[in-house]
Amino acid sequence: MLNKSMFIKPRNALEGDGQSSAQPSIPEKLCRACPACKAALFSQDLQENLLVCPQCGHYFRMDVESRLRLLVDEGSFVELYADLTTRDPIAFPNYEKKLSAARKATGRPDGVVCGTGRIGGQAAALFVMDAQFMMGSMGTVVGEKITRTFEMATEQGLPVLGVTVSGGARMQEGIFSLMQMAKTSGAVLRHSQAGNLYIALLTDPTTGGVTASFAMEADIILAEPQALIGFAGPRVIEQTIRAKLPEGFQRAEFLLEKGFVDAIVPRNEQKKTIAHLLKLHERREEA
Amino acid sequence: MTAYERLCAARAKGRPTSRKYIDNIFDSFFELHGDRFFADDLAVRGGIAELNGRPVTVVSMEKGEDTKEKIARNFGSPNPEGYRKALRLMKQAEKFHRPVVCFVDTAGAYCGLGAEERGQASAIAANLMEMMGLKTPILSLLIGEGGSGGALALAVADEVWMMENAVYSVISPEGGASILYKDATQVERAAEELRITAQDLYGFGVVERVISEAEGFDEAYRSLRDQLDAELNRRMQMDMQSLLRARYERFRKIGGLME
Repeated sequence: MLNKSMFIKPRNALEGDGQSSAQPSIPEKLCRACPACKAALFSQDLQENLLVCPQCGHYFRMDVESRLRLLVDEGSFVELYADLTTRDPIAFPNYEKKLSAARKATGRPDGVVCGTGRIGGQAAALFVMDAQFMMGSMGTVVGEKITRTFEMATEQGLPVLGVTVSGGARMQEGIFSLMQMAKTSGAVLRHSQAGNLYIALLTDPTTGGVTASFAMEADIILAEPQALIGFAGPRVIEQTIRAKLPEGFQRAEFLLEKGFVDAIVPRNEQKKTIAHLLKLHERREEA
Repeated sequence: MTAYERLCAARAKGRPTSRKYIDNIFDSFFELHGDRFFADDLAVRGGIAELNGRPVTVVSMEKGEDTKEKIARNFGSPNPEGYRKALRLMKQAEKFHRPVVCFVDTAGAYCGLGAEERGQASAIAANLMEMMGLKTPILSLLIGEGGSGGALALAVADEVWMMENAVYSVISPEGGASILYKDATQVERAAEELRITAQDLYGFGVVERVISEAEGFDEAYRSLRDQLDAELNRRMQMDMQSLLRARYERFRKIGGLME
């Protein structure tokens, strides 16, 4: 029997869906409503369908664990820099409270998971941003971990796969967050200059300072269907131009049309596609 | 002065815009237009200047002086073509071994429909990455408002200096107030808590110098002329590898963390 209390609703448009579906044993998380078509879905079915609504094709936001399971060969992921924590660099009031809530919700000290692993047998360095941690915002920890990932990959001659989801720079770390845009860009450049491949997979939403730095600096930019990708958020633009935005504005399909992403790749093809691209860029010893 | 008072000073009517700095610091300036892709964005003004006989590429954000000019220059908020013009001129500077001096003054990159369509994020990202590797010295001076990524796109430099009453922030205090406190009227509080003043940023090691406004702007231009001349001389003598390594390390250490 289904009843209303069995459904969990996203808290807001950005924080969206949760890690919930991985634990079907908790009764109140057994079912979820599709925000697009309102269909009642069993969490387990949804998870098996890679968090894509089987009724209407709506993409639910994917948590870090599900993403790693989707993309990385089983047992090959080694997490790095997991314990880095912020020093609260501008001593922003109430930031600690916000952080501890996010840490409790995600079980992680900050908003990105980095490491190495194999994708269809191909070795790669990875970073996967976490929408559940303060909307995937980039502060000093996210910037530092992504920088270290590129530096490590440069040293080891590894390609980098980055999965982005972010509301932008983290306001509570002020100017230090802004500086992470430059810092990560420098690390991407060095990795690139050494002849290494960087693939970005942009997911919903990727906006602000993350789009305006490493998300848009990849050799190959992939996007998930329907993902919102932009510099300014839709509300900010609407306030600026004092008009409603056209349907589909800043969606992945729109960016493809305007020439800012290389391809839109559905979830069930992502691993295969990325493995293929990695294979095409294998270092060759040719005379 | 409180942070809010400095914010008001940075935005004050009559505060010198970049044109005044360029006219007073350099011996000549020849403006170069256009991004060679789409348009000439008047929010960004660039060209070749001379400083004590040395050719220098200057890239600035210009808010405009009177209402008519302000409108023409989109109040100093660049579109992607502005950032692409800036990058074109910086690559040109690299080719001819001239240093680059940037003057930053913007509430932020423009948040319009066309800006998104033409890749505002992509244009800014390209500048950050290219400036990090540009093979010629870059110095940036924040003269008024330093609004987020739109300002940073001209402030990836070997040194970043700020005028005493300039501000530099991850988000406008208005935007910050509306998101952080759900109350757009708490601008004063956001200005304070976001730590946006030159004095704060100097303390954080995010800017190397704060240029005094106490003796008036004429004195500030004179001082800037000397300081820029000396710093460019020093930077032009560095070997390229050390210059680029120092630029990388400059940003690398900001918000550095340990396990």
